Formats: sequence, C-alpha cells, structure tokens
Amino acid sequence: MSDDVLLRVRDLTKRFTTRGPYRRRNEFTAVDGVSFDVRLGETLAVVGESGCGKSTSARIVARLMEPTSGTLEFDGEDITHAAGARLARYRAKVQVVFQDPFSSLNPRHTVERILMAPLDYQGIAPKGGRRAYTRELMERVGLNPDHAHRYPAQFSGGQAQRIGIARALAVDPKLVICDEAVSALDVSVQAQIIELLRRLQRESGFSYIFIAHDLAVVRQLAQRVAVMNKGRIVEQGPCDEVFKAPEDPYTRTLLAAIPRINPEWDRRRRAAR
Amino acid sequence: MSELLVVEDLTVTFPTTRGPVDVVKDVSFTVGRNETVGIVGESGSGKSMTSLAVMGLLPPGATTKGSIRLDGVELLGRPDRELRRVRGEQASMIFQDPLSSLNPYYTVGLQIEEMYRAHRRCSRKEARRVVVEALTQVGIPEPERRAGYYPHQFSGGQRQRVMIAMALVCSPALLIADEPTTALDVTVQAQILTLLAGLQRDSGTGMVFVTHDLAVISSIATRVLVMCRGEQVEYGEAEQVFAAPRHDYTRMLLESIPRIDDEVVL
Repeated sequence: MSDDVLLRVRDLTKRFTTRGPYRRRNEFTAVDGVSFDVRLGETLAVVGESGCGKSTSARIVARLMEPTSGTLEFDGEDITHAAGARLARYRAKVQVVFQDPFSSLNPRHTVERILMAPLDYQGIAPKGGRRAYTRELMERVGLNPDHAHRYPAQFSGGQAQRIGIARALAVDPKLVICDEAVSALDVSVQAQIIELLRRLQRESGFSYIFIAHDLAVVRQLAQRVAVMNKGRIVEQGPCDEVFKAPEDPYTRTLLAAIPRINPEWDRRRRAAR
Repeated sequence: MSELLVVEDLTVTFPTTRGPVDVVKDVSFTVGRNETVGIVGESGSGKSMTSLAVMGLLPPGATTKGSIRLDGVELLGRPDRELRRVRGEQASMIFQDPLSSLNPYYTVGLQIEEMYRAHRRCSRKEARRVVVEALTQVGIPEPERRAGYYPHQFSGGQRQRVMIAMALVCSPALLIADEPTTALDVTVQAQILTLLAGLQRDSGTGMVFVTHDLAVISSIATRVLVMCRGEQVEYGEAEQVFAAPRHDYTRMLLESIPRIDDEVVL
C-alpha cells in the first residue's frame, strides 16, 4: 500500500455477550475480521443492511467503543488502545456526524456553545475568538451566522444536520465519519447536504468514512465502497466497479433490490429539458 | 371502470393559536378497483393527513370539507359508529411502524382474529382457520405455530407481513398503505412490494400507497398524486408524471433523487 493511507484497519472484531434466561451466555459477533484502508482525501463508503455491523465498525474507528480484537492505525500510529493525551489528540483529527441531529446536539446549548465544544475539549483557543470562529463555521456550512445564539430546536432537520457538520469541522479534522448522516432527511434536503459534504471535502481535503444503507446516496459521494453482511466485508473496491460488476452474490441482491424509476421515463424527462 | 374511491376537493383544517391552518387543500383523486394510486410528498406535505381523512382517523380538532365517497357512499360527516364498520371491512390501513401498530401483550393470531370477529359473526374455530389462511397468504412460514407468537418474536419484515394479513383478513375493497416499507431494509422492502402487488392482483383491491420515495411509487403505482405544503401540485398517470412532469416542484423532486446507475464525477 502506498504512503497516502490515513487510516489502516486490520482484522477488527467485536463480540457482544448477552445473558439469556438461566444465566445462559449468548455470544454475538457484530464485526468479524474487518480490514480496510482509508486514503487521504478520499471517501470510503461502508454499506449494508441493518445489523450488518457497519455502525459498530464506525464507532470502533471513532474510539467510542473498544474492539474485541484487531488494530487501528492512524497516520502511521497505532491508536487501538490509545488513552489520555494520545486519545485526545486522535479525537482532534477524527470527528463524527450522526444520523439524528436533534439527539446528537444538546438542546440546552446555543449553536455557538455546541460548535465550540470540540475546541473546549481540546483546550484550543478558537482563531479570531469564539464569536468570529462560530460565524465562520456557520457560513461554511450554509447557515445564517446571525443565528449563533439560537438553540437546536429552532432549526429544521436539514439545518440541524448542518450544525452537526459544522461541529465536526471545528477542529479541522483529517477524517470525518458520517454515520447515516443523510438518511433521516427528505430527498430535496438530502441532495443539498450531499452537495455540502462534497464541497467541504473539495475545500479542505479531509477523508470521509460514509456509513449508509442507501447505495444510491453512496454513489453520489464515495470513490470506494465496502459492502458488509453479517459482520464481514463481502466485497470492496472502487464504486464504479462494485456497482457495475458486483462479484459477490449478496452485493448483487442488494443492488437488484433498489427501487428504480422506469429508466425509459427518466430518459424522456431528461431529454425534454 | 367504476371508481372505488372518489375524493373531491378535500380540505383538512387544524385550529392553531395563530388561527386555522389548512394542512390539506382542495385535493381530488380517484382510485379504481385493482388500481394503485401513489401519493408522494416530503415531510409535512399532507400526504398522511389525506389518507387518515379517508379512514376517518384524523386527530381530534381537525375539520374537513369536500367529499370522500367509497363505493358511492359519502364518508365525510358520518358518525364514528358507522365508520367503525367501514374500517377493516371495506377499507383497511397499514402503517410505517408495525411494532407500534401491534399490541405487544397479545399473540398476533389473537389480534388478527379480533379484527375478523369484529366484522363477521363466526365461531372462534372458524376465525382461527381464517387467521392461519391469512398468515399463509402473506408468506409467514409455519402459520399454525407462528399465530401463537408475540409481535417481538418476528423480524421487521415479518411484522409488516402480519399487519398486511390483518388489514386484508376481511377482504376490504380498499387498502391504504402509509409508508409501509420506509422502515425496512431494501431487500425486505422489495419482498413486501412484491407481496402487495401479488395480493392486489389476486383480490382486485384498490390501493392508496403513500410514500416519500418516488422510486418506490414508480414501481407500484398506476397514477400519482404529488403533494407539497398541503396542496396537490400534480396528478396524473405515472408515466406522464415521471416522464413529463407539468410542475416545477415535481421536476425538482425527481432531480434530487440520488441515482445508482448514473456516472458521478467526484
């Protein structure tokens, strides 16, 4: 592998133990020997259906959850078990955008306080002062900077997701993990957020891990895709190859199941424009 | 073809502190037997309120104007006592989240049986036979045994199958499906759509399919009603709406759908 690998994940495994009746132990392997690389400035999509382990993998990479085994290497440094100052440093470079903006934004905090929280955690003074930096971040994600003192409930779903994205950008990360970041949005709003995510990457050159169940959304954003099923990656490669000539039977089933608009109707509508 | 459902100039109004708000404004459409009409729109477009109005299930405080006729009989303004006989017997509804529509304390067999016995006089033995038949029809394996299971013992897709079995147990003429596949994985969604289309072909049920997903609509509906902010922006044959939309909003909606088959320059 070339040197431009930002994140190297090897043999990641996560097992959960649940206790059934009569103290019976049940083991469930949510992530089973997952390996992938994320290169500098690229978008890797991880797709699959509910329960396939895609979110668990993302949470482990974000160090929000401990793996049972496997290693994470970021920028050449093993951070699988990093703690204290080293973990804090890692968190300054890796940020997460969650699916539901309202449950991931503190309802009692103003936008300014929410956006400055990652910097407060890092102990970094925002450049140009809190107010100016908040305005700058809000402008970057297409929010009205005059609304810096409003609360999350005063924004629409799409706007709230923009706040979540701005918070992720506050520390100038190298990797942004989007966990179903556009899944809960209406199509027209979803299209705007996808465009925003693409523009921000063009401007800043960070990498995305984009977790999604919607393959059509993934097509708009990712260069490479990893398809997961039952905790394992069944296929990974460049989007164009995987979508045009899927090798794994599960990938084929998944692609075939996507509802499509009658292509003939689509063609006629576009031609008429 | 005689129309099964005729909705004319339907307006649904809610009182608010800032005065009355029309959440549905002058919506008109018809559904024939064996036909599927899709209602699409984004959140807050009034698509669910339209379907709830047909079922007489609007939240308290809502007022309606216009006309809703099922099989030639006016439904608007009829007392709830009479509407209860219509619901389940002539028109049924399935919702997005089957887990919250099913009672967790009762077995699914009992819940389907309850629905059947509310409308038909029959012995419990006869009702049980019908329940097993209904579960078989929607593709639940081992229906005799599974009728004794509780909702949480089924997967999401199977729960939706149970809801469909319950909705169709009295062979209603009209089925209203409100986002029935939105909460499901794509592969399961494809199975449920195939199931609904098959059941409809066999029974001749008219269907209103409410969803935000235009691609799903295009695979199942013969006619499409596009709604935005309570208003009907476009209504026509599916082919016309998708191939030659008359309204800019429909066009915008169609353009914003992410596509799997397009080349994308990143």
